[in-house]
Amino acid sequence: MKPILEIQHLTKEFMIGGEQEKYLALRDILSNPLKKLKQPSKKQFRALDDVNFTVMPGESIGIIGRNGAGKSTLLKILSHITPPTSGRIICRGRTASLLEVGTGFHQELTGRENIYMNGSILGMRKAEIDKHFDAIVDFSGVEEFLDTPLKRYSSGMQLRLAFAVAAHLEPEVLIIDEVLAVGDSEFQKKCLGKMNEVSKSGRTVLFVSHHMGTIAQLCRKVLVLDKGKVLDFTNNAMAGIERYIKLNKSNATYINEQAPDNQITSVKKVTLSNAKNEFSSEFTNKDDIVFDLELSFDRKTLPANSSLFFSVLNQFKMPVFSDEKEITSEKMRLRILPDFLVQGSYSIVVIIHLLPSHEYFRVEDICSFNIIDTDSNLMFYNTFNYNYGNVFGKIQWEEI
Amino acid sequence: MIEYIIEKQNKFSLGLKELIRYRELFYFFTWRDIKVKYKQAALGFLWAVLQPLIMMLVFTLIFSKGLGVKSEGIPYPIFALSGLIIWNIFSSGLLNSANSMVTNANIIKKIYFPRLIIPMSSVLASLFDFCFALLIYIVVIIFYHYDTNWLKVLYCLPLSILLTVMTTFGIGTFFAAFNVKYRDFQYVIPFLVQFLLFANPVLYSSKIFTNGFFYWIMKLNPIANAINLSRSAFTGGDADWNGVGLAFTVAIVIFFVGIYTFRKTEAYFADLA
Repeated sequence: MKPILEIQHLTKEFMIGGEQEKYLALRDILSNPLKKLKQPSKKQFRALDDVNFTVMPGESIGIIGRNGAGKSTLLKILSHITPPTSGRIICRGRTASLLEVGTGFHQELTGRENIYMNGSILGMRKAEIDKHFDAIVDFSGVEEFLDTPLKRYSSGMQLRLAFAVAAHLEPEVLIIDEVLAVGDSEFQKKCLGKMNEVSKSGRTVLFVSHHMGTIAQLCRKVLVLDKGKVLDFTNNAMAGIERYIKLNKSNATYINEQAPDNQITSVKKVTLSNAKNEFSSEFTNKDDIVFDLELSFDRKTLPANSSLFFSVLNQFKMPVFSDEKEITSEKMRLRILPDFLVQGSYSIVVIIHLLPSHEYFRVEDICSFNIIDTDSNLMFYNTFNYNYGNVFGKIQWEEI
Repeated sequence: MIEYIIEKQNKFSLGLKELIRYRELFYFFTWRDIKVKYKQAALGFLWAVLQPLIMMLVFTLIFSKGLGVKSEGIPYPIFALSGLIIWNIFSSGLLNSANSMVTNANIIKKIYFPRLIIPMSSVLASLFDFCFALLIYIVVIIFYHYDTNWLKVLYCLPLSILLTVMTTFGIGTFFAAFNVKYRDFQYVIPFLVQFLLFANPVLYSSKIFTNGFFYWIMKLNPIANAINLSRSAFTGGDADWNGVGLAFTVAIVIFFVGIYTFRKTEAYFADLA
């Protein structure tokens, strides 16, 4: 079976600074003739650098990377919106792209009219739109507002309508760019469900997201991009995700460089140590994990009953557990007891607030640490990269 | 089995096959432009009728009654309108298509379709207005009991329209392409259109020039010829077929220059818009 997409030596360069700036006006050139004489520093920015990979039909591929890694540029080239500087892509199927929800939506047109407009822009024939019309309206849930102008819709309704149209595209290759970052949880669940359906139906999907949970759930393979280059392209989604996370690895010690005088309160320093009071970021499941937090606050301005809210995040940056303690002194210590967190990489979030409504300080994803399982009964599951949760259950087995 | 390659385009192509594949989008874009123009306007499509009508009234008052401009012995409203209906295709078509790429910047950056559809739809949308203007014109002719050779109209008017559309489209796409990179054009064009209204024999007769520089400008100018063709069809009088032939040549050149410029720079619109 031939690959449905072959990306070969793909490179995309942009010129930044100097001539190729937007909104160039004759007025600017005329009013400042000297500008032209001095050679403008035309720097080349490589958004993509010799990218190579192959996609077989039916695969669902997650594309991850930090901001600026080149993910959106890659999608834009795949969608024919901008040409590559060199290299090429061989496509053997009809592609449809969702780089933004509601492309082509016009506020003055009604819902019905927008379905046709949007569908047509996305590449559907009028006959196809007619065929799917009822299903689209049903999925979006805006039936009674179908003949009202779009500007009367709430943003949620517009989003649902836009996604409903896009969800009924039937291309061989579907390319999606972080469109699920917006919308409420109900909507996100619906989208995820539909996308699952799409990938199970044998269609090839390329999905860009920062949400590791979704990537892990939907994608078989993962492509990790960093600074325009392919860092990893693997069948093991979890390994790819961990590779990406390692790029963002922060220190075990957190030091707040900001001057505390313009803040009512802040966390100055957080250190990690084990039971023996040694600094460490690697622990076994039998270790105590001790966090020492140094705060700075003005007793006169910090409201009473302010508390420190502490969360532990897992490898997908999802919270595992949280706790809160009233602030009574400048030094606070928190100890995670052994045999609680399973093997994996973790980081923490520290917030100082007066009830969740008044937040004075927040810092996320700091003090990464790792736990190695040495003797639990689930130890062997770690070798299969099987996701069995983040904590050991607070349970007991009973004979009946 | 589809197989196509995405890579940096070096050779030039008109993209005709693609345009045919995306033909339905033409219809939707034009339909959208027309609908949006008249949405929420209580008078709706009536404005397509009122605009040429009011223009004619104003110009009749000023040019004919006020300045005493000669109109070849024909009632001034009939004379002027024959030019105005053609002129409006050109002016609104040009204005809209020149700005079309910038107005639709957000769609261009997110989805692929042949970009030529956008300025084309703008020109087609102005043809829609033309239909209403034509209706009003016919009413005016009947009102004046003017003896128009309708057979002549039947074969001359379509030619005139074709000439106008080709020129409008050629200039429109040319400006549309430039406007993306150099935003000056959005200021230049309204001014240019205003100037051209008086540079073309819309409100006066081109017959006042018999030789010299202005004579040749009128002879080669496709819009002037389109107007004169329409005028001779509706008002009687000989059409200058020589001029029309020349004008078509010029129009075809303008048409292809416009498309060529557009296609050459098309790939980078998403980066520049």
